[in-house]
Amino acid sequence: MGNTSSMLTQYDIEEVQEHCNNTFSQQEIVSLYQRFCQLDRNSGGFISADEFLSVPEFAVNPLSQRLFRMIDGLNFKEFVAFLSAFSSRATLQHKVEFIFKVYDSDGNGKVAFSDLLDVLRDLTGQFISEQQRELVLTQVLEEGGYKKDSLLVLSDFMKILGNNGLKMEVEVPVD
Amino acid sequence: MSKLNLEFDPDHPNIEDYLHTDSIQEPLGKLRLHDLLDISPTLTEAVGAIVDDSFTRCFKSNPPEPWNWNVYLFPLWCLGVVVRYGILFPVRVLILTIGWIIFLSCYIPVHVLLKGHDKIRKKLERALVELICSFFVASWTGVVKYHGPRPCARPKQVFVANHTSMIDFIILEQMTAFAVIMQKHPGWVGLLQSTILESVGCIWFNRSEAKDREIVARKLREHVEGADNNPLLIFPEGTCVNNHYSVMFKKGAFELGSTVCPIAIKYNKIFVDAFWNSRKQSFTTHLLQLMTSWAVVCDVWYLEPQNMRPGETAIEFAERVRGIISVRAGIKKVPWDGYLKYSRPSPKHRERKQQSFADSVLRRLEDK
Repeated sequence: MGNTSSMLTQYDIEEVQEHCNNTFSQQEIVSLYQRFCQLDRNSGGFISADEFLSVPEFAVNPLSQRLFRMIDGLNFKEFVAFLSAFSSRATLQHKVEFIFKVYDSDGNGKVAFSDLLDVLRDLTGQFISEQQRELVLTQVLEEGGYKKDSLLVLSDFMKILGNNGLKMEVEVPVD
Repeated sequence: MSKLNLEFDPDHPNIEDYLHTDSIQEPLGKLRLHDLLDISPTLTEAVGAIVDDSFTRCFKSNPPEPWNWNVYLFPLWCLGVVVRYGILFPVRVLILTIGWIIFLSCYIPVHVLLKGHDKIRKKLERALVELICSFFVASWTGVVKYHGPRPCARPKQVFVANHTSMIDFIILEQMTAFAVIMQKHPGWVGLLQSTILESVGCIWFNRSEAKDREIVARKLREHVEGADNNPLLIFPEGTCVNNHYSVMFKKGAFELGSTVCPIAIKYNKIFVDAFWNSRKQSFTTHLLQLMTSWAVVCDVWYLEPQNMRPGETAIEFAERVRGIISVRAGIKKVPWDGYLKYSRPSPKHRERKQQSFADSVLRRLEDK
C-alpha cells in the first residue's frame, strides 16, 4: 500500500477487496480510502483515538469506546474488513458475528452475564441503577430460556438475533 | 429511578432536531432478550459517522479538479502558471506595496498630528483603512459584487456574516469601516491588529480562555451602545468554514438587544477556493495562494435587518438569521458547533441518548 501517496493502485484495491470478501465494490473502497486518509491527519497509517474522537457524531455515541478498542491501530485493509459487516452485501451471519465481537471484549468466544451488563451500562449510563440493570437482564435472560450464569456463544446469538433480520447497513458515499 | 431533566438546555438547541439518524423505531410490546442484545441501531450510527459525517465535511477544502491532463491542455496550463507567477504576481506585489506606502504615509501623520481632534481623525483613519483594504482586494484581482443597501453607522445594530477566511473581513471592510471582534493572531497579522485595527475599534477574544465569554459580552454591549463607534461586524460561526456549509451561530451577537443585519458571502470556486483551512496553511501562505491565482470572485449580499421576535430566545434568533444567510448564499446548515474543531463534544449529548434508551427499556419492562 502506498505509504505517503494518497493513490491506490488497481492491485491495492483488489487486495483489499479480497480481504473483505468482496463486500465492497471497488468504487466504495476508493471512497473509503479517501475517508481513511482524511481521518488519518498525521498520516500514521492508522487512525488514532484523537482522530476518531474529532468526529463529533462518533464521540457522542455510547458505544464509541467499545468500537474504538476494536478499530484501534488497524491499517486500511483491516479497517475495510472491520466495516464490511455494515455493507449491504454482508450476510446476516457476518452481522451477528460483529455484534458478538462487540460483546465479547476479551475475545474468548463466550459472552458472560458481566459482558452483557457492561454493554447495557454503556447504553444506559447513569439513568438506570446498577441493581436495576442486573434485574432487567436476569429477568429477560430467564424469559429467553437462559440462566444468569449461562455463557452465550455465537450460535446462541444467531438464534436470538437471526430471526427478524438485522437492520445494520451504512452507505458509503461514492462521488 | 433518577431522571435528570436534560430536555431544556438554554445554551444548545436540540441537535436531534437536525440529525437525520433513522429514528430508532420504538418497537411496541414487552422487552425481550432480542431487544436488549440487538445493539445494531447504535452501532450503525457510530459506523455511519466513521464512514462520513457532516462535521468533517464542513472543513474539507476541495481542491479544484486538475484540467491540465491533456497534451494540449498542459502547455496552456504551463502558460497560465507563467502568467500567474511571472506577471500577475509581481504586479500585484507592486500594487500592494504602493498601497502600503500611500497608506502609511497618510496614516502615521494623521494618527500623530490630529491627536486632539478625535472626530476628524477617526473619519480620516476610517477612510484610510477602507483604502488599504481596497488595495488588498486589488492585489488578488478581487471581483466583488455587492448587493443590497450599504451598511450605515447607527447605534444599536450589529452586522453578522458567514465566515470562510480572514479575507471576508477585508472584503467587507473596503466598503464600510467596520469594527470587528477577532481572535488575536501571532506574527505580522497580530501587529496589524494591534496597531491599525485598533483605530477602527476592535474587540479581542481568546478562544481558549473560559472566563473570556463574559468579558467579551460586556465589551460588545458597550461598543454597540456607543453612538460614534463604527458599526460592529461579528462572524458568529467563530471559525472558518468551507463556504459550502454553515455551522451553528454563537448566540453572543444575538443577545445584545440590538438589530442584527445579516450579510451573506459566497465565493465563486471556479477562480480560486477562498476557504482558509487554518489547520493546513498559515495566513501568509493563504494570501500568497490568492495572489498567484487568477481572481477572487465573490458576491456579498446585505440582507434585511432582523430584530428578535417576542418570545424568541437568543438561540432561536441566531438560528433564524443563520437560515436567512444560508439560503441567500446557497450553503447548507449543519447542527455542529464550530468550536468542536478545537475541543470534544460535551457529554450531554451522549447522556441524552443514554437517557432515551434507558427510558424505553424501563417502560417496556412494565408492559405486559
